[in-house]
Amino acid sequence: MARERVEVSLTINGRTYRDRVESRLLLCDFIRHVAGLKGTHVGCEHGVCGACTVLIDGRTARSCLHFAAAVEGSAITTVESLATEAALHPIQQAFHESHALQCGYCTPGFLLTTVELLGRNAAPTTEEIRQALTNNMCRCTGYANIVKAVGVAAAAMRGDGAAKA
Amino acid sequence: MKPAPFKLVAPRSREEALAALAEHDGDARVLAGGQSLVPLMNMRVVQPGVLVSINGCRDLDYIRLEDDRIVCGALARQAAAEESDLVRRRCPLLADAAPWIGGMANRNRGTVCGSLAHSDPLAELPAVAVATDAEIVLASRDGRRTLAATDFFVGELATAIRPGEMVEAARFATAWSGERTAFLEVSNRQHAFAVAGVAVRLDLAPDGRCRDVRIAVMGGGPTAMRIEAGERAVVGTTIGVEAARAAADAVERAVDPPTDIHADAAYRRRVLGVLTMRALQQAAGRS
Ligand code: FES
Ligand code: FES
Repeated sequence: MARERVEVSLTINGRTYRDRVESRLLLCDFIRHVAGLKGTHVGCEHGVCGACTVLIDGRTARSCLHFAAAVEGSAITTVESLATEAALHPIQQAFHESHALQCGYCTPGFLLTTVELLGRNAAPTTEEIRQALTNNMCRCTGYANIVKAVGVAAAAMRGDGAAKA
Repeated sequence: MKPAPFKLVAPRSREEALAALAEHDGDARVLAGGQSLVPLMNMRVVQPGVLVSINGCRDLDYIRLEDDRIVCGALARQAAAEESDLVRRRCPLLADAAPWIGGMANRNRGTVCGSLAHSDPLAELPAVAVATDAEIVLASRDGRRTLAATDFFVGELATAIRPGEMVEAARFATAWSGERTAFLEVSNRQHAFAVAGVAVRLDLAPDGRCRDVRIAVMGGGPTAMRIEAGERAVVGTTIGVEAARAAADAVERAVDPPTDIHADAAYRRRVLGVLTMRALQQAAGRS
């Protein structure tokens, strides 16, 4: 089978990246190797672990389950969009302060999953947080601090300083 | 792993998609959300020569009421169905089952019709389709045909789709006037492979008597199954414990579940019985 190459142009974090790539190139590999954005991690490559989670048109998606050429025209958002030069995003800050990561491999996926959750529900219960995170795997932390961090982030983003502790 | 090479075709409309499928007769697969197909491609279990991505076909992206049916076009995402007011009001079983399909990241991309076309014996939407007397609309360049869900699912990962055809839409029956629903499932983790699940629709008269009922199971055999013997056990009753138990027994007798690493056949059969009882009682408002 001929290695067909196609021209692909993707908007990632508001910037356009263009290249001729094989049609089989996965979105996660376009993000990492064409756009050079290494924050999107690749774990299982078949949709199970959540490490590769990005936002497609504002909603979470597995970047290992999409072909770059098939998502042209969509807006892709990766973990690099969260922090500014000056400060971490409140969700990142909460993960940092709550010790919600050890090796950090799973973290980008958890962060973007949390972005979607808190965008839809500013004050999730612990049960709702656990529910939203069921599809992301972490092999280090045991999850307790991740669940806690999401609650801390929600409080911080609501401007609810008292709940932060 | 990475998928084997393939040729990607990206039609912009239903017409173009059907033309592409006709041209690549037999060697083409339709790519919608990709949540079932791409894992199999990444593991090289399937290696289609041509993928016809319908993600650019806006005319296939709809959920609407038509001839008193809830119709999901080929590009309607599972999350869109789950969040649709129309679906919640007129086809509540579909909304009940959606959270079980996969995580949000999967439902955001996966389509209703894609899950039906995949015909996984342990998937939720085929059971919903069977329980809602759904019609599956198949289209090819030569025309359209419509099959009952029970005729569409022919086996494990096997459907009545012919080369050159695609699932254009799924048409779910709208709720009965006294509709009450329940969808229950057991799995080792919520979004891992399921052990088994049961979908129930009841039409309850004002006096609580069951005028009509559908019981469909997943994990009871190679396809989603409607269990009519179970339905006969509860129709006309007020769904007391005795009737629910009789339905559960009928389900356990009718199924022939698979054994895999997640559960063996005997356990699945028992789970199906228990879930049937619980689903009937929950739908009837007794739990
Ligand atoms: S790498 Fe995509 S879900 Fe694991
Ligand atoms: S911090 Fe190591 S996998 Fe989650």
